[in-house]
Amino acid sequence: MSLIKETDFGTPARESDVTVTLTIDGMAVTVPAGTSVMAAAMQAGTKIPKLCATDMLEPFGSCRLCLVEIDGRRGTPASCTTLVEAGMVVHTQTERLAKLRKGVMELYISDHPLDCLTCAANGDCELQDMAGAVGLREVRYDKGGENHFDCAERDQSNPYFDYDPAKCIVCNRCVRACEEVQGTFALTILGRGFDSRVSPGGTDFLSSECVSCGACVQACPTATLVEKSVVAMGQPEHSKVTTCAYCGVGCSFKAEMQGDRLVRMVPYKDGKANEGHSCVKGRFAYGYATHKDRITSPMIRERITDPWREVSWDEAIAHAASEIKRIQAKYGRESVGAITSSRCTNEEVFLVQKLVRAGFGNNNVDTCARVCHSPTGYGLKTTFGTSAGTQDFDSVEDVDVMVVIGANPTDAHPVFASRMKRRLREGARLIVVDPRRIELVKTAHVAADHHLQLLPGTNVAMINAIAHTIVTEGLVNEAYVAERCEPEDFKRWRDFVSQPENSPEATEKYTGVPAAEVRAAARLYATGGNAAIYYGLGVTEHSQGSTMVMGMANIAMATGNIGRRGVGVNPLRGQNNVQGSCDMGSFPHEFSGYRHVSDDTVRHLFEGAWGVTLDAEPGLRIPNMLDSAVEGSFKGIYIQGEDIAQSDPNIKHVTDGLKAMECVVVHDIFLNETANFAHVFLPGASFLEKDGTFTNAERRISMVNKAMPPLAGYADWEVTMMLSNALGYRMDYKHPSEIMDEIARLTPTFKGVSFDRIRELGSVQWPCNDAAPEGTPIMHEKGFVRGKGKFMITAFVPTDERTGPRFPLILTTGRILSQYNVGAQTRRTENGAWHPEDVLEIHPHDAENRGIREGDLVSLASRVGDTTLRARISERMQPGVVYTTFHHVGTGANVVTTEYSDWATNCPEYKVTAVEVRLSNQQSEWQRSYEELREATRKIATTAAE
Amino acid sequence: MKRATGWDDQVASAIVGELKGRDGALLPILHALQEEFGYVDQRVVAELATALNLSRAEVTGTISFYHDFRANPAGRHVIKICRAEACQSVGCEDLVAHLKRRHGLDVDALSADGLLTIETVYCLGNCALGPAILADGEPVGRVDADTLDSLVARAGSERALTDGEVLS
Repeated sequence: MSLIKETDFGTPARESDVTVTLTIDGMAVTVPAGTSVMAAAMQAGTKIPKLCATDMLEPFGSCRLCLVEIDGRRGTPASCTTLVEAGMVVHTQTERLAKLRKGVMELYISDHPLDCLTCAANGDCELQDMAGAVGLREVRYDKGGENHFDCAERDQSNPYFDYDPAKCIVCNRCVRACEEVQGTFALTILGRGFDSRVSPGGTDFLSSECVSCGACVQACPTATLVEKSVVAMGQPEHSKVTTCAYCGVGCSFKAEMQGDRLVRMVPYKDGKANEGHSCVKGRFAYGYATHKDRITSPMIRERITDPWREVSWDEAIAHAASEIKRIQAKYGRESVGAITSSRCTNEEVFLVQKLVRAGFGNNNVDTCARVCHSPTGYGLKTTFGTSAGTQDFDSVEDVDVMVVIGANPTDAHPVFASRMKRRLREGARLIVVDPRRIELVKTAHVAADHHLQLLPGTNVAMINAIAHTIVTEGLVNEAYVAERCEPEDFKRWRDFVSQPENSPEATEKYTGVPAAEVRAAARLYATGGNAAIYYGLGVTEHSQGSTMVMGMANIAMATGNIGRRGVGVNPLRGQNNVQGSCDMGSFPHEFSGYRHVSDDTVRHLFEGAWGVTLDAEPGLRIPNMLDSAVEGSFKGIYIQGEDIAQSDPNIKHVTDGLKAMECVVVHDIFLNETANFAHVFLPGASFLEKDGTFTNAERRISMVNKAMPPLAGYADWEVTMMLSNALGYRMDYKHPSEIMDEIARLTPTFKGVSFDRIRELGSVQWPCNDAAPEGTPIMHEKGFVRGKGKFMITAFVPTDERTGPRFPLILTTGRILSQYNVGAQTRRTENGAWHPEDVLEIHPHDAENRGIREGDLVSLASRVGDTTLRARISERMQPGVVYTTFHHVGTGANVVTTEYSDWATNCPEYKVTAVEVRLSNQQSEWQRSYEELREATRKIATTAAE
Repeated sequence: MKRATGWDDQVASAIVGELKGRDGALLPILHALQEEFGYVDQRVVAELATALNLSRAEVTGTISFYHDFRANPAGRHVIKICRAEACQSVGCEDLVAHLKRRHGLDVDALSADGLLTIETVYCLGNCALGPAILADGEPVGRVDADTLDSLVARAGSERALTDGEVLS
């Protein structure tokens, strides 16, 4: 094991069909046209000294260290800004260059503190390296150097990195990284000449526009911007490449370690999802992994009001198994089930569903995708034939018209948002369909051409209006439809959307968006070149979530925007492995690869492999499990890495269900809220503590590599295996790679996948099989997976959740950049500096009508429940719509959300709840009683002398 | 030079609104604001950023790059004194010392009465007539102590006039 140092080519790689051959220091080098002399030299193994250049950024040409001599050219051009030409003869090391470079370094060093031995960058400083490379031996100007220690205070306001202006060499790399890579433009150079320094706009970092992605820290060649962890711990000595465990972008990281201690996470440039970029969560918010709240010993208890008793693994597993057996003996085979985790690896998910189907003998397995993207699976499978997004992330580079529907990428998928913003800065057009004015609508150097600010719950009316415009204005790509889609279905759909009630003029009364604006957006989508839809939970978490997914698929097919780069229908998936958990057979009706349990051929395949008879009937979904528990027929559950008592809608119903069960087994890294109702707690392992794979939103399977041993002794797959063995269903895997081999044997779309293959390719996108041995970046290229694309009728049916005199406002819910999901991880990091509590965003007009001022405590009530939180007056909202997040325990956003759900998949209608907001001076009844319940159910007995 | 009045958010917004459609509107707007108010108030940064789809940092950085854009109101009169090489060789530093000794005036600061700002510039392009200054935007060459004394006196007398104390 050693520290992975990635090669820095100095300037970004260029793609070209034309190659150019030149000579560098006597060696012939062939590179794509457009490559810089610097990158060409590096390719030939020659490092040209440099400070302001790095291959994450466009060349800048300011440091003057990378000068070269080129035969036939005057002067000494900078190799970073000089492009290769055929036959060019370049010299990178000459007497003249050596003298020039020494002179430049002398100037740099004359203005830099020489405290190298006590500097945090010692051992990882490019300035130091360059002084060495040019052989700097003396500094003639102002010996000792101007140290600048008194020039400006260190800025330590950011919780994760420090800014020390004394060490700044004004190379602009951080400023350019913020602009080019992250797209936030939060940094600038303040002042000029000797006074010039990097600045987040004349304020401190924490109160600036900075989103703490850390691209500047990564770009800094000195210790000017440096991780606090490096300041505290020193330089790492080895690294492990692994995959982030936050959102569905699936960024690749180097976990840089000292022994078993994590020093920092550095995004990996070879990561195809993130290309060396990251967000504040992935790069910095890893402290939860070793937080003192981690539970490291298994625990059991009789009743949920008993204190937890720490026991051995053997006792905990034996107890859980005997309880499940007892319950099944008493209440029947169907009385138990499990929930798989979208946070765990593919292999772990596969084992849990196998445990249920083969060990429990039923199909009562579900996953948190139930509450997020189950409509995506249903809708895209129905129309295209595959339950997944159609594109890879790279595809965004060829998008001409970007449509963002019900997604807030800059907060929820920040690294992909940066790639979107880059493309938008290059000139792509943007249509945003969202009830809120999300950041993408207008932010530095990005502005939406159309913001269709519809009322929550009217997506389908909107998509039908767009379809109506496309069809009635003759914008259908008839040739594409004729060649690739079912003609009868298309005709039916065309007749349906052409009806006057689907016109933008008619739907305006539902959506609130002027018809002319809708028509203009529809025309742009249909005629603006490559058009791609990116969407999130604002599409799926509705009573018509599945309808909307199919509605988007319809317009993509009608305009020929499926099956090549730059187009597609792309769900931005929320959790690191939610795509994977769905792929692995987490749904009660499907085996891995989305094959129905009633399909005899498929079931027999699994029965043969697993040596048991399998149930041909679909099992219970999460809401059905909870309903059955309340009714008394469902008594035991094994929940791996999911906190349904915080994340699922109508919390009272969830907790009533959990309370009604006789054995709740929670397998998690923290004592989460669901554990308040549990009888067995099995300590889980973080992503740093195990091997396996995650699958991201673009179907990309990436390796998770163990960087430290599991704190509690076992990786999650090992625990599931122990539980299965205790139940009497034998599982015997030595390593997760054997589980993946089994998945590949049993799943056609994974046939070519193995740990070796993934390592060989870096990552691979399913389907990966004989037909596509290197995976499939873009789906449906030669035709739809289901054969012909299927247009579906998408009649708009307003939700039953209506506003009225008692509940006149609509609540919609979402996320924020610094927190993640239920916050179990991010709340246990310094990310609270940005978002210490959930707030209710409310339009100034609605606030004024209710006498609400910024920061006031307000009661948020629906017909289901009420909670109290602070108000934030925000013009991002439209009048009549309020917004909150669900990241903090006790906020109770989901006390307020209702039991309504998607007609096809039961995905909850989180995005539409009729509410009233009033000034309040106290916590709600639920909050007080829940606080009492927490007090009563979270005690851990102090270990008695044994 | 237009007589600067106090900062007015509405007037500032009107200026931003009028000019924001131009290509590369930031500098023209900053010039117009400085022309109107004598300086560019920090308060306008957020509005400028929104109007031009820039970040606040970019706007702040641009303002800070140009010495001519002031962060605070200047005195009613502004003398820019060249201290570049050519003027140094003909005695501009003596003039700086004279201002301090005779009038108690610091360069790159506002006078105590708020009427006179003296600023350093590096080269007015008027080297042949150095020492050179710019007095309220008007170039003045071959400047000596007497020239400065009369300019300082004029600034001071205006204070008396505007205060209505002396009408001579």
